[in-house]
Amino acid sequence: MNTAYRWVLAATLAITTAFAAAVPARAADAPDALIKRLSNEVIERIKVDKDIQSGDFKKLSDFVDATVMPHVNFQRMTALAVGRNWRSATPEQQKQLMTEFRSLLLRTYSGALGSVKDQSVRMKPLRADAADTEVIVRSEVVPPRGEPIQLDYRLEKANDGWKIYDVNVLGVWLVETYRGQFAQEVAARGVDGLIKSLSDKNKSFDPARKP
Amino acid sequence: MTARLSRRIALALLPLSLLAGGCASTGGPQSNRDPIEPFNRSVFAFNEKADAWVLKPVAQAYVQVVPEVVRMMVGNAISNVGDLWTAANQLLQGKPADAASDLFRFTVNTTFGFFGVADMASPMGFEKHREDFGQTLGRWGLASGPYLVLPIFGPSSVRDGAGFAVDFAANPVRHTATEGQSNNFTLARIIDGRASLLSTERLIDGAALDRYSFIRDGYLQRRRNQVFDGNPPASQDD
Repeated sequence: MNTAYRWVLAATLAITTAFAAAVPARAADAPDALIKRLSNEVIERIKVDKDIQSGDFKKLSDFVDATVMPHVNFQRMTALAVGRNWRSATPEQQKQLMTEFRSLLLRTYSGALGSVKDQSVRMKPLRADAADTEVIVRSEVVPPRGEPIQLDYRLEKANDGWKIYDVNVLGVWLVETYRGQFAQEVAARGVDGLIKSLSDKNKSFDPARKP
Repeated sequence: MTARLSRRIALALLPLSLLAGGCASTGGPQSNRDPIEPFNRSVFAFNEKADAWVLKPVAQAYVQVVPEVVRMMVGNAISNVGDLWTAANQLLQGKPADAASDLFRFTVNTTFGFFGVADMASPMGFEKHREDFGQTLGRWGLASGPYLVLPIFGPSSVRDGAGFAVDFAANPVRHTATEGQSNNFTLARIIDGRASLLSTERLIDGAALDRYSFIRDGYLQRRRNQVFDGNPPASQDD
């Protein structure tokens, strides 16, 4: 058992490293290839990392920063979620909004990662033109049993490759959902009120708490 | 007989379609989709209480007392009954191939899977779908109409609420079992459904600034996505 476990661990590490090594050569990944590579990388990492599985926020945060964030236009994601209030916010407020929003998303998902076990990712055919600068990549996470989970991404073409700026889980777009939440908060308490709510939320939310 | 039934359904749905068509086609700001928000919020508050005091403790006890294998078998059996109605709705939505696949699931799982306790069809490559009458109405072009929070059952809409009533009436268990068995089935379905939400509710707690509007907006988006089987046309505000 122990030997088998070590072997699996070693093999997975080898595969992950192989992926990592291949990254620079594939800087100009097609959008669907990028999503496929990132999804596999994240699943493989979570599978072998017991700390992340049990909700180690610091470790997850570092991993996401190193692996996922280089492929995310988080400023655009936050700006879209904040909507028309974004432009009236000061640069300092914008920075705070991005920090708190990122933290909120990470904290939310860090609690759910323990359930990642034998999932695999299945890509759906990409319907895009070579000249497109905005695409939707569709995929499904297939659990060992039960229904596949729809996971789609909106990407934009930047100078240094494709960047994710919105995610869809089970038919619900992240940006659209938070646009409602944020607008409601800004209408009631202004941009500073929104920053405060987010920051209070982040402080009160303990990812290690069991349901 | 069938003609009379469908005429009755059509008549029953007529006021609904007027209401839905009048309110939802604009797809404007939140308030348009939730004109009865104060009422919905009070039902929502009632549901949260009922959940905290009854539903959630029962679901938690169920998860603690009943072994995972048995819970899986119960979930499979409930899901299997749903496959038959899913197949019927696939057909109503003009998707005969999916209807055949779901009917095959139901047949295989009911016979070889011992009344649906084992899901034999999934490993054979026949994936589970979920179609209900609310989705069928949506497919027929009926907009969802105002958001509606149902007591106990939670997020819905005028269209989906009507669909839910038809789903309930069409449940094959109601037509084949005694009333007591049928009620037990409904109870099992509610507990099984609630138990499956135990792990995700914490996600919503962490993610939402306002639980009510978070669940509402998520529900409406998800239903729209389901009506179009994962490929909804771009919404007006994009």
